[in-house]
Amino acid sequence: MSNTQGTTGLIGWIDERFPLTKSIREHLTEYYAPKNFNFWYFFGSLALLVLVNQILTGIWLTMNYKPSASEAFASVEYIMRDVNWGWLIRYMHSTGASAFFIMVYLHMYRALIYGSHKKPRELLWIFGVVIFLCLMAEAFMGYLLPWGQMSYWGAQVIINLFSALPVIGQDLSVWIRGDYVISDATLNRFFSLHVIALPLVLIGLVFVHILALHEVGSNNPDGLEIKKLRDNKGIPLDGIPFHPYYTVKDLFGVVVFLLFFAVVVFFTPEMGGYFLEHPNFDPADSLKTPLHIAPVWYFTPFYAMLRAVPSFAGTQVWGVLVMAAAIFILFFLPWLDRSSVRSIRYRGWSFKLILTAFLVSFLILGYLGALPTTPARTTMAQFCTIIYFAFFFLLPVLPVFEKTKSVPERVTWK
Amino acid sequence: MSTVDDIDLGRRRFLTATATVVGGVGVVFVAVPFLKSWSPSERAQAAGAPVEADISKLEDGAMITVEWRGKPVWLLKRSKKMLEDLSTFKNELLDPNSNATSQQPNYAQNATRSIKPDILVLVGICTHLGCSPAFRPESAPADLGLSWKGGFFCPCHGSRFDLAGRVYKGVPAPSNLEVPPHRYLSDTRVLIGTGPEAV
Repeated sequence: MSNTQGTTGLIGWIDERFPLTKSIREHLTEYYAPKNFNFWYFFGSLALLVLVNQILTGIWLTMNYKPSASEAFASVEYIMRDVNWGWLIRYMHSTGASAFFIMVYLHMYRALIYGSHKKPRELLWIFGVVIFLCLMAEAFMGYLLPWGQMSYWGAQVIINLFSALPVIGQDLSVWIRGDYVISDATLNRFFSLHVIALPLVLIGLVFVHILALHEVGSNNPDGLEIKKLRDNKGIPLDGIPFHPYYTVKDLFGVVVFLLFFAVVVFFTPEMGGYFLEHPNFDPADSLKTPLHIAPVWYFTPFYAMLRAVPSFAGTQVWGVLVMAAAIFILFFLPWLDRSSVRSIRYRGWSFKLILTAFLVSFLILGYLGALPTTPARTTMAQFCTIIYFAFFFLLPVLPVFEKTKSVPERVTWK
Repeated sequence: MSTVDDIDLGRRRFLTATATVVGGVGVVFVAVPFLKSWSPSERAQAAGAPVEADISKLEDGAMITVEWRGKPVWLLKRSKKMLEDLSTFKNELLDPNSNATSQQPNYAQNATRSIKPDILVLVGICTHLGCSPAFRPESAPADLGLSWKGGFFCPCHGSRFDLAGRVYKGVPAPSNLEVPPHRYLSDTRVLIGTGPEAV
């Protein structure tokens, strides 16, 4: 018997019943990616690796963790001290959370500099932003589980963000908590969402993200559409099969990444209080807020924006709105950036200027968000918040005066 | 009515539409128990019983904390000096006369925001985002500035309150700290959770 893939034997038998060879060809051996990928193209596959790490270590942590207000803190200490290799599995999970955000932030920055969000990749970008949102929810709920002081008060602050909303706010925050304060009910439902609901959604989103990528094809550092120029077999002239070329390249990235990952896991899993915050080594106490509370580093840029906005007209909803807008404005990026040139390599100095200002303000916000407030820092955060948003509002008007360079026909090596 | 090869398209559209609507209504009804299940359970609702606090050993300028409905409740015995100071910086406060009725029962809507002038009873939760502010009774400490006259400082977002729980202007918190319903069982025993009118 023969089939459309021309396979025989056991593989042939399978191919008649399941698109095995067809899928491998479509997504690996005959998926043509631009040949000029550089350093920035490691972070997508590395994010996937970290996702696998989180799921695997998460399943193992669940085997010993107890999602109850009276037992949670002690069960984490039990994992750390008494469970065989429990400390390693937990540190892999907690370091993995931070690594996930490092990979995702770099991955998003890559899209920004090479214009990977532009037509026809708008949906690909939007799926990505939804993944980012889902990841933030996943990380936030996971952070409550150890039931330390920072878990408790961090969750208290974030859930109270919702109570700032007019009319429905108070009822909404009670509904989310399942109680009038953060309690056992809150911990239990966050556990359920963290280990079942959100990971399922996350995996589904990653699947459609990759599906959308393989439909439109990868962008590249030159921002060229490699599908335009094809040889007589219809293969893009500047394309190479994903497997073996990029599987090998990504494997090299994995090795380098694991090197850094292992250094953190084994030598500095708390990362000086940035990956695991010091107050979280005290059990949650509903009567006493730690003297300085700050979210984990990956939330600090947005948290700094929240704090920078003063209350106005008797409500603090404005800070919440600004923080939400800072994330939701990302959805509109493909339409805000109107330049016909994708890659930063061929864009004018004005784009490079506002991009640098945007990057620096985001980093400063991240730094400020981890510190206690002072009037000078608040002013600084307000200034950086304005620059953050100015980037998005300048993008549409940039093409009016931006002098872009001429884009080559074929991809280049740099 | 349009027909193609004996297929009644109008009828098909009608059946598709009605099936979608009826199915949609079903989905909405099924969603109700799932959404309602997130609301506080009967047990969580019942846990809000009043608590009693003994203030017989409370000295001037000292504060104790008790737990009521999982929240910290402060009982502060203010000194004469503290009480005199309360009326001296009204311009710096957002709501110096406690006009926002949601933040205290009417029997605490007065200059000291209390039943007995010296004893202040407050829910120790910042009206901004729910952190518990720190009790800072001292005057002009280095970190809070020379204008600080004693009060409560929220470490999370820098909100400031005076020794009657009244919020300062220009801080994130939009309203005064909440005075919970409470009443005196005797001179030294306070019941937090029910007001005098409930007797």
